[in-house]
Amino acid sequence: MSGSKRQIVRLQGVAKRFGAVHALAGVDLDVEAGQCLGLVGHNGAGKSTLMHVLAGTLAPDRGAIVIDGAPREGQYSVAAAHRLGIRCVFQELSLCPNLTVAENARILHPAVKGWGWRGRAGRMIADKLDEIFPGHGVSADDVVGDLALGKRQMVEIARAFTVTDEPLHLVILDEPTSSLDSVTAEQLLVFVRKIVDEGVSCILISHLLGEVLGYCDRIVVMRDGQVVAARAAGEFDRHSLVSAMGDVAEDKKTAAHEARSANRDAAPVCVRARPRGKAAGGELVAHRGEIIGLSGLAGHGQTELLLQIYQAAGRRDRDTEVTGPVALVAGDRQADGVFHLWSIAQNVTVRSMRRMLWHGLIQPAREAAMAADWRQRMRIRTPDMNNPILSLSGGNQQKALFARALGSDAEIVLMDDPMRGVDIGTKLEVYDIIRAEAERGRTFLWYTTEMDELDNCDHVYVFRNGQVVADLPRGEMTEQKVLQSSFEQVA
Amino acid sequence: MSTAMVRIRVLLARPWIWSFLGALAVWLAAELFTGGQGAGELLTATLSFAVFMVIVGIGQMFVISTGPGNVDLSIPATIALTGAVAMKTMGGADAMILPGMLAALAAGAFVGACNYGLIRLLRIPPIIATMSANFLVMSTAIAYGRGLKVKPPPLFADFTTAQVAGIPVLAICTAIFAAVMGVVLHRTVYGRSVHAIGQNRRAARLAGVAVDRTRFLVYVLSATFAGLCGALLAGFSGGSSLSAGETYLLASIAVVVIGGTSVAGGRGNVPGIWGAALFMYLLEAMLNTYGAGAGLRLILTGLIIILVITIAGGDRPQR
Repeated sequence: MSGSKRQIVRLQGVAKRFGAVHALAGVDLDVEAGQCLGLVGHNGAGKSTLMHVLAGTLAPDRGAIVIDGAPREGQYSVAAAHRLGIRCVFQELSLCPNLTVAENARILHPAVKGWGWRGRAGRMIADKLDEIFPGHGVSADDVVGDLALGKRQMVEIARAFTVTDEPLHLVILDEPTSSLDSVTAEQLLVFVRKIVDEGVSCILISHLLGEVLGYCDRIVVMRDGQVVAARAAGEFDRHSLVSAMGDVAEDKKTAAHEARSANRDAAPVCVRARPRGKAAGGELVAHRGEIIGLSGLAGHGQTELLLQIYQAAGRRDRDTEVTGPVALVAGDRQADGVFHLWSIAQNVTVRSMRRMLWHGLIQPAREAAMAADWRQRMRIRTPDMNNPILSLSGGNQQKALFARALGSDAEIVLMDDPMRGVDIGTKLEVYDIIRAEAERGRTFLWYTTEMDELDNCDHVYVFRNGQVVADLPRGEMTEQKVLQSSFEQVA
Repeated sequence: MSTAMVRIRVLLARPWIWSFLGALAVWLAAELFTGGQGAGELLTATLSFAVFMVIVGIGQMFVISTGPGNVDLSIPATIALTGAVAMKTMGGADAMILPGMLAALAAGAFVGACNYGLIRLLRIPPIIATMSANFLVMSTAIAYGRGLKVKPPPLFADFTTAQVAGIPVLAICTAIFAAVMGVVLHRTVYGRSVHAIGQNRRAARLAGVAVDRTRFLVYVLSATFAGLCGALLAGFSGGSSLSAGETYLLASIAVVVIGGTSVAGGRGNVPGIWGAALFMYLLEAMLNTYGAGAGLRLILTGLIIILVITIAGGDRPQR
C-alpha cells in the first residue's frame, strides 16, 4: 500500500524460553497503521507466545518493544498495552462464564460506571455485535456460560472492538474463526477489512490459509520461534505459503474413498439418533466404517447431539441407539478435555487406563510406551511426554486429545469441532489417520465448522435449530447445498 | 556433591516433605526444653494417637481430592456410632471381635452410602449433606448407645495398645495400610479416576471415567475408614464414647491440607497425612511442655500451621 505509514508496533529481537523450549528466538515484527497483518506457522511455532508478549501478558526474556514510536521496556504490561490501544482475542476465551454479556463488556471498560452502567454496557456490546455479526442471536443479558462456543467467540471478538475512553489502534485476533461457522467467519473478515481501511491495524493468526491470503495486506511466516518469511500478501500463493511454513505435504484432496458411500446399506448401523425433543426433524444414522459430518451454522445443536450419543452409549435410550464403545474429542478443550494438573502422557492415556493394568495396577512402562507411540504419530511438539499438558501450545494440546480418543478402544469416535487451532500439516495427517481408521471399521461422527473438512465425510447431516434438516450423501454435497439448508425456513 | 544436591532438591519438591520437617522441628523443640528426657515416650504417645488421625485423614483425603466442595463432615458422629456398634456387638467377648469389627465397618459404609445419596439424589452440596448426616448419625448413636460405656474385649484392648520396642503395633499396621492406600491412589484406575474428577468433572465424564461410581465409593470409603477408626479408638480408650470423634471434624481436614493435598482437588497425597498427624500432636505436646496456657496454645497452634503451609508453598497457582 502507500509508502511510509505510521508504525504502530515494532518488536525487535524478542526472545522467550519456557524451560528447555525456545518459544521465541529473537523475533522482529513491524505493524503499520491501517494494516492487516497475517501471522501463520505450525502449532508451537511461537505465534501465540509472540502475541502474548505484545499484549503484555508475558514479559520477554530480552528484546525491545516499541509502541507508537516510543520504547516500552520495563513497565510494559496488560494495562499499558490497553492504554496504548492494543486489544487481543486469544484462543483460550477470556470471558467470565458466570457473568452476562453486558457485564463482561464492562470489565474491559472502567469508564462505564454510575447509574445504568449495565444498560449502557449492554447497548455498547449489542451495537458492536450487530455491526460485526448481523443476525447473531446473542442478547446482552445472556449469561456467557450458557452460550455455545461459537457465540462466546463472537462476544469476545465484538468486545475487543468496543471503544470508550481508551483508543483502539491494534486488535490481535488469534484463531478468531476457528469456532465460527463459515457465514460468521466471513462477516468478521469483511468487518476487519472495513476497520483496517479506517486506519485500525489488525494481526490475524489463522490456520486457514485462504483467510490469510484473501484478507491480509502482509503475511509473516513463523517457524521454530523465528520469522522465516515476511512479504506482501500478493507475493504469496497457497503453495508458497505452505512451503514457507516448512511443510512439503501439499493439499492432497480426497480421491480414494468414493466407493463406500455407494454400498452404504451393506454395513451394519452403529449409531441412530434423533435430537432429543425434536420429533419433527430427521434422524442421524451412521453405519460401521463411515465418516459422518455434522454441519450447519455453529451452535445449532450439533454438540448437543454428540453429547446425547455419548451419554446413550451402553444404555437404553428412546431416541438414541449406539452399538459400541464411544470416545469423544473435545473442541472446547479447557472445559471438556484437558486435565490441567497432569502430564501430557497421563492426558493421553486416561481413556485407556484399563489396558495399562497388570494385576490391577497401572504399569508406568505401558503408559510411557503408549504416550511415546502417539507423540510420534500425532507429532506432539514436546521434549518429554512427562511435561505438564499446559506446557504445550493450544494446537498441541488438541493433538493430545486426539491421541486420547484414537488410542482408545472406542469403535465410535465423536469429534466436536476438534481442529480448532490445529495447523494444516497436522490436520492433513489427522485426516489421513481418520480415513485409515474408518477403513478399519471405526465410525466417526464429526462436527465441523470448516467447509473444507466436509470433503472428508461420506455423509453430511445439516443442523438448524437443533434439528437435522438435510441428509446429503457425499456425491450430492456441495457448499451451496449445505448453506442453503442451514438457512432455509422449511426443510 | 551435585547428585546429593539434586536429590535434596527433588525431595524438597515433594509436597509431603514439609509436614515431616515441621513434625521434626516441633519434636526437637520439645526435646530441647526437657533436655531429651522422655524423648522416646513422647514419640510413642504421638504415634499411638496419630494412628487414628491418619486413618480418617486418608478417607478425607480421597473425598477432598474429588474436587472443590467435596468434604466429609460426618466423620465425628460416624466414629461415635461405630465405636458403640463395635463395643455392643463384641459385648466384651474375645470371640466376637471379628463380627464387631465387621459391624462397625458396615455401619460406616452405610453412613457413607447415605451421604452420597443425599448429595446425588437430592442434589445437596456435600458440605451441607454430610453436616446434616452428622446430626442424624449422632442422634442415632445416642439412642443406640444410651450413654452406656461397654468395655472392649480384653484381647481387643491388648491389641490396640500393644507395643513392639516402643512402637505401637497399630502404628505399624496403619503404616502398611497407608502404603496400600498410596498405591490405590496413584496406581489404580480408581485412584486415577479420583484425580481426574478432582481436576475437571465434566472432562472426566467425557474421557470415560465412571464419575458417579467413583464419587460414591469415595464417600463410602471415608465413612468406612471412620468406622475402622471408631472401633479401634473404642478399644484403645477402654470403651466407646459419644465425644470420641469430636476433634476429628476439622483436624481431619487440617491434616489433609497440611500434608500437601490440593484443596482444589485433583492432587492427593498419602505420606503427608502421616507427617501432618505427627506434626499436630507433637505441636500440642510441645506447647504443653512449655507450659503455655490454653489461649496462648490456640494462638500458637494457628500461627505455626499457617507458617508450615506458607513454607510448603500451599497450592501452586493454576494458569
